[in-house]
Parts: sequence; structure tokens; C-alpha cells
Amino acid sequence: MVETLFKLLEMTVIIGLLIPIAAMLVWVERRMIGIWQDRLGPNRVGPFGILQSFADLLKILGKEDWIPPFSERLVFTLAPVIGAVCVLMSFAVIPFSPTIGVSDLNIGLLFFLAMASLAVYSVVLAGWASNSKYALLGGMRAAAQTVSYEVFMGLSVMGVVLLSGSFNLREIVLAQENGWFIQSQFLGFVIFLIAGIAESHRLPFDLPEAETELTAGFHTEYSGLKFALFFLGEYLGVTLISAMSVVLFFGGWMMPEPLDSWLPPLMWFIFKILFFVLFFILLRTSLPRPRFDQLLSFGWKYMLPLALFNLLVTGALKLGGVYG
Amino acid sequence: MNDNTMVTIMGFSPLQLMFYFAALLAIVASLKVVTGKNTVHALLYLVVSLLAVAVCFYLMGAPFAAGLEVIVYAGAILVLFVFAIMMFGLSQDETINAPQTQVFTLSNISLWFGPSIIAMLLLAQLVFSIENSAIQEKLTANIIDAKQVGILLYGPYLLAVEIASFLLLAGLIAGYHFAKPEGVSIDKQDEPGRHV
Repeated sequence: MVETLFKLLEMTVIIGLLIPIAAMLVWVERRMIGIWQDRLGPNRVGPFGILQSFADLLKILGKEDWIPPFSERLVFTLAPVIGAVCVLMSFAVIPFSPTIGVSDLNIGLLFFLAMASLAVYSVVLAGWASNSKYALLGGMRAAAQTVSYEVFMGLSVMGVVLLSGSFNLREIVLAQENGWFIQSQFLGFVIFLIAGIAESHRLPFDLPEAETELTAGFHTEYSGLKFALFFLGEYLGVTLISAMSVVLFFGGWMMPEPLDSWLPPLMWFIFKILFFVLFFILLRTSLPRPRFDQLLSFGWKYMLPLALFNLLVTGALKLGGVYG
Repeated sequence: MNDNTMVTIMGFSPLQLMFYFAALLAIVASLKVVTGKNTVHALLYLVVSLLAVAVCFYLMGAPFAAGLEVIVYAGAILVLFVFAIMMFGLSQDETINAPQTQVFTLSNISLWFGPSIIAMLLLAQLVFSIENSAIQEKLTANIIDAKQVGILLYGPYLLAVEIASFLLLAGLIAGYHFAKPEGVSIDKQDEPGRHV
């Protein structure tokens, strides 16, 4: 009974920290983009503009929560919730430190992939329920893009599974004690990262919400808190993909020996995640958006063969006894 | 592992109850698939039904099968179904059957109340079973993990796997053939301006 209560407390704390962090990322992103583009970015609210997200939240709360009369009312309301819930559920299997982590599910990696593939319903249903052409186009793009890219997102992490011999994320981290998987799985990591960007539909792969062509894509009709929920889901998704990259390829909470004792494991994990989040933001500022057919043919013609090649070579080396 | 702490409700252990509950959800949702009039609603019920079946698999000690059920069926194949329905637009009779959403009527609630409630219950159950992932060992004597599935697939059932892959390859080639625009050679498809 005490254990269950403790677990519930742990879940509450993790969710209670994740959501404000995702909100803070909005400020981090705007500020960093400002700096990289040689301007200041939002710096008025609080020191360095750190309270900008809070001001945004107040603004969003003050807006009218409008549901268009031509939409499918309940699906319209449900869609942003599905997205946020699926991303939050994925955090349940992530091992944050040797002791922190909600669940050591023995199919943790599969659970993450399952939640990632369910999250697409949020965008597709939002596009369908909005009952407007831009939203529908955005939803259709999201469906095609996600279904294509999740194929080799799954394939790219199979190398890691081969090396560690487990789907359990905690065991995958522990298997990297003598060297992170990035050394042998560099190709797998690059494919995973690209697929991850496409799955969380961030720039340069934000075709479902490309504002130059589709107004705002699948969330054209959304406003107020429901829009904020989509926004939150997107930033949680960025955090999730960063956390998964760290867990699968960069040794989770572990660091090489001299550095390891400087900071507690949780802090190392957070710093690594922050590094990837900043990388995501840098990608957004520096890369143009591809055309939609280019996106799909890039996926099927280059990423899929590369992912299969990576799996094949890893399997051959493993059988050949190179990895011991 | 002291058995006297196990609570039983009407002679069932909590996990048995969870199993029958998920199974009931699967049956109800499947019935709604074939009785509904709106195509998209029917598809969403099918998603719920597949998720419920995944929970059944998980509770029966086959977590790998449960994971694949969600990834492959609910996550990929049904997204393609929804995609196809959205892509080809609403057919004439579907537009007639679609609920009129201008007013927030009672019939409107009943159409969407069902799936939302079912999905919520399923979510609660999923959260519960994840939170107690150790509880699974008490329900089933043996848990089939991914390794055992792999050994079986590439051992006694190798022929079946090969035949299935032949079938999929044939389907792939046929799909490629049908999708090719008429009178256009394959190389020219990538030229800019071909895409409308």
C-alpha cells in the first residue's frame, strides 16, 4: 500500500515537473532563435524574459474557448487530449536515474513506439473534426508522414535491442556501462533522430502545420486552451525524443568516469536532454522545409534502406562475435 | 508473495476481473463497429477494440504480442484506413448519415459519449497495469517474452513466416503496379511538376 502511494507520488511529481518544463521550452526556443538570428527575443517579462511562458499562459486563459459550429464537437475536443496523453504516457517507461522512473516495463521500447504511433490520431482526428480544408490537408499529411517515418524509427532502434538483448529501457541503459551505443550505432542514431523530428512534426518536417501553405495546418480551427494543449504536446514530444535519444544511444544517466562523480546521475540526464533540445531548436532555425513528396521519397528511398543496412550489419557483427 | 493479501471479488482475482472487463470492452466495441453508420466512428471503435485486445494479450502474459498489436494494428494499419477515408472524401450516403453538429443535441452526445467513456476506462486500466507491472507474474505462470517468440518464429514456424512474407511481397508489387500512373514510366515520376 505504501509502495503504491509512493509510486503515485512519483508519477505526480514527474508530471508536475514535465509540464512546466515543456512550457519553459517555449521561452527557451524563442530566446535561442533570437540569439542565433542576431536579435534579442522576448526579454521583457521578468529577468531575461524568463516569465514569458507565464504571460503567454495568462493570455491563453483569457481567450475565448471557441468551438467552430461546423466541427465535430466531441472529437474536436478529444483530439488535443489524445496527443498530450500519449506523449505523457511514454514518459512512464523512461528511466530518469538509477532510482527514479515510473515503470520498468519489460517491453518499454515497444511501449514507446506504440504510444508514438497512437499519438498520430490526435493530429488526424483534429484535422478531420475541424471540417475545414486546411485542417484536413494537414491531418492527411500528418497521417502519411507519421506512418512512413515510424517504420524506420522502429527499425533504427533494433540495433540497440540486438546489442543490449532487451526491450527494457533500464536494462538498455545499464548495457552501456562500458561504452555508449552511439559508438557502434551512429547510423541508427542519425536515422532515429530524423524519424523523431518527423514524428513530433517539428521544423524542418512540420509539413502538417506548414503555415506558408496551410494557414496553420491541422490546428487552424483551434484556439485558447485546446491550442495550448497541442502546443504543450509538441514541446513534450521534443523532450521525449531527446530523452529517448539519450537513453538509447548516450548512456542515459551514466557518464565516463572522471565526470560521473561531479554531478548526481539525474542532473547528467537532464543536461544531456537539454543538449538535444537545443539541437532541435538549432535545426529549426537553420533548415528550410522540404516539399511533401520530397519528404516521403527521402524517407522510403534513403532512410528505409539505410535502416535495414544498419540492422543487417549489426546482426552480422553480433553473430561474428565482434561485440562479444 | 503472501497469498492472503490477494483480494478476491466474487471469487475472481482483480486481474481476472480486469481481463474479463477488457474482453467485454473488445466485444462491445467490435459490435459498435459493425452496427454504426458513420465510417470514421466505426473505425475509431475498431481502434478501441484492438487496444482492448492488446490489454487482454498483456494480461494473459504475452507483452510482446500486446505491444505489436498496438503498434501494427492500432498504430499503423488503422491510421492508413482513416487516411484513405479522409483522402477519398465523404461519400454521398455518408454525408447523409453523418450527425448534424450545428446544435449540441442529445443524440449527438450519445454518439460520442460511448467511445470516449470506453477509451477512458481502458486508459485507466492501462495505467493501473503499468503501475503494477510486477503484478503480472502472479496472474500467469509463464510470460512469453520477445526472445521466445523469435525462437518459435525462426524455428518450427519458419515456413509459415516465409509464406507470409511471399504474400506481402506479392501485395507490395501489385500495389506498386496499380499506383503507377498510366502511360508514365517510373523514372519520370520524380520530375518536378509531375505532382499535382
